[in-house]
Amino acid sequence: MSDETPAIEVRDLTMRYGDRIIMQDINFTVARGEVFVLMGGSGSGKSTLLKHLIGLKSPAQGSILFEGEAFDITDDAARSRVLRRIGVLYQNGALWSGLTLAENVALPLEEFTELDARAIAETVSFKLALVGLRGFEEFYPSAISGGMRKRAALARAIALDPDVLFFDEPSSGLDPISASRLDDLILELKASFGTTIVIVTHDLDSIFRVADRALFLDIDTKTATALGPPAELRDHPPNPQVHQFLTRSSEGAS
Amino acid sequence: MHGTEASVMDAAHVALRTEGDSLVVVIGGEWSLEQTQPRLDALVDSGEIGAAGVRRMTFDATGIGSWDSSLLTFLVQCQRYCEKHGLECDRTGLPERTERLLALAAAVPDNVQPDPRPRASFVARLGTAALGGWRSVLTTMTFVGEVALSFAGLFTRRNHMRWRQFWVVVQINSSGALPIVTLIALLIGVIIAFLGVVVLERFGAGYYVSYLVGFGMLREMAALMTGIIIAGRTGAAFAAELGTMKVTEEIDAYTTLGVSPIDHLVLPRILGLFLMMPLLTLYADFVGIAGGMLVSRALLELSYTQFLNGLLAAVTISDALLGLLKGTIFGLIVGVAGCMKGLQGGSDASAVGRAATAAVVLGITLIIAANAVIDWLAALLNI
Repeated sequence: MSDETPAIEVRDLTMRYGDRIIMQDINFTVARGEVFVLMGGSGSGKSTLLKHLIGLKSPAQGSILFEGEAFDITDDAARSRVLRRIGVLYQNGALWSGLTLAENVALPLEEFTELDARAIAETVSFKLALVGLRGFEEFYPSAISGGMRKRAALARAIALDPDVLFFDEPSSGLDPISASRLDDLILELKASFGTTIVIVTHDLDSIFRVADRALFLDIDTKTATALGPPAELRDHPPNPQVHQFLTRSSEGAS
Repeated sequence: MHGTEASVMDAAHVALRTEGDSLVVVIGGEWSLEQTQPRLDALVDSGEIGAAGVRRMTFDATGIGSWDSSLLTFLVQCQRYCEKHGLECDRTGLPERTERLLALAAAVPDNVQPDPRPRASFVARLGTAALGGWRSVLTTMTFVGEVALSFAGLFTRRNHMRWRQFWVVVQINSSGALPIVTLIALLIGVIIAFLGVVVLERFGAGYYVSYLVGFGMLREMAALMTGIIIAGRTGAAFAAELGTMKVTEEIDAYTTLGVSPIDHLVLPRILGLFLMMPLLTLYADFVGIAGGMLVSRALLELSYTQFLNGLLAAVTISDALLGLLKGTIFGLIVGVAGCMKGLQGGSDASAVGRAATAAVVLGITLIIAANAVIDWLAALLNI
């Protein structure tokens, strides 16, 4: 496994819900250490694509390679080695409601490392501090606000210092300051740990600030119609939809 | 993993030395969450801490390979140590990136939790519990009142009830409930007949098994067992449905629209049960009597005609009506308990489970209590 192997490689992917085709002929690679944004209008299949990337859904056609390996691994040990190296932040946090914040963040550490209870507790506190939740260790998810739940879920996603982080709409439900802190954290994780980050979002500020490259999913043609650095896509849009999306305009083609 | 300087994997290690008034923390090796990490307090305990007169803590990280959060956790320990012992913490010797991550972690102040309230005295807790019990009686009565008003509203103002929901409830509690009601009612009829055979045969009164089965099914068991089945089946489902709608803020969406969730969600469910419970009870009557007939024929060689003649000579239409009345009331109880517990639920995933449990417990308790009260009244009125 050389460093040139892309973190994620998607080949000729077709996604379906039953008989309905969501997206087809999608090809892209995510390089290691890259911040890669999946963008597109509501209902364009961004979140579905993310579900395919994290192995929750299998491609109807085509393949998805995670560091050169297909995701549909049957060997349990190999599968768990892969899963240990990815972190996912779900759209609504998906914190386990029966566990405290500390227990939520500690669970991956307990499952995948040999650290003792004290080291886990310290790591958990540090991760919660990183997302601005110092002192909330003993709170249950139901006792904190939606934005705090989301940040706690991020702490859980980065508990194991994953190589690849997936974010589903990270800034939705966050206030501008928290959203901007989240962007800081994304850039910091990338710079410090070389974390590869895949983000599904339509938050333009965040796209221009953090993304190295962006993939535009077009709902009408049901395929990816643009790929490149966001500023470049804005300045030289390959098609009107991308221009509309990146300049927040409602003119032109619909 | 991440670092580039690392050539060989050597485990993370830390040493302390003093230089003038500085305590130098020498950090080296590969820092990974995968392995057990050195701890500052372990070094301090083993006496490696510098002599008195130390004012500052500095770091020498020239020997460090790759690192991840485990290094940051260690640095937080150092920071805590400095704060505790009044040392100045000079982090210039550390990899540049650690500084930024530590700064990010320190950006938001600590959430200070208030001291927990002291435990109240026994009398105070008893009083609180009593008040809570009284409040729950009041909310139950309020809820029943709201349902009654909503029902009255069907006749007095424009009808807002969703009839589709009503028919869904009717379907679930008719064809959907028949298999389980058939099974249970048949077995209850069989059980009563067995009881009759064993007890009455001792007095040579085996013929009267039909009396026992008739009275037992019509007056008591058909309604009671159907009520309990429906409480476990439909009452729990009502609570879970409405509880989930509460979690997903669907109930709030009704309320802020000024639309009564009672009209839209509760009334159709309760009315559906109100209509179907007597029918299910009647069905259970027939199935239970059939079960009794089978046993009587098998064990007492009583023909079906003899059984039915005995039964019809003893039971009257008022016995059957009493059972149907009970069934109807049990239907109302199950509907009210299920919907009320669903709407009163909390807002997390476990709240839905608690609501369903509470609905079944409340439903069954009230059914049995109501059964006793109705029997008592029937005895007073000689029905």
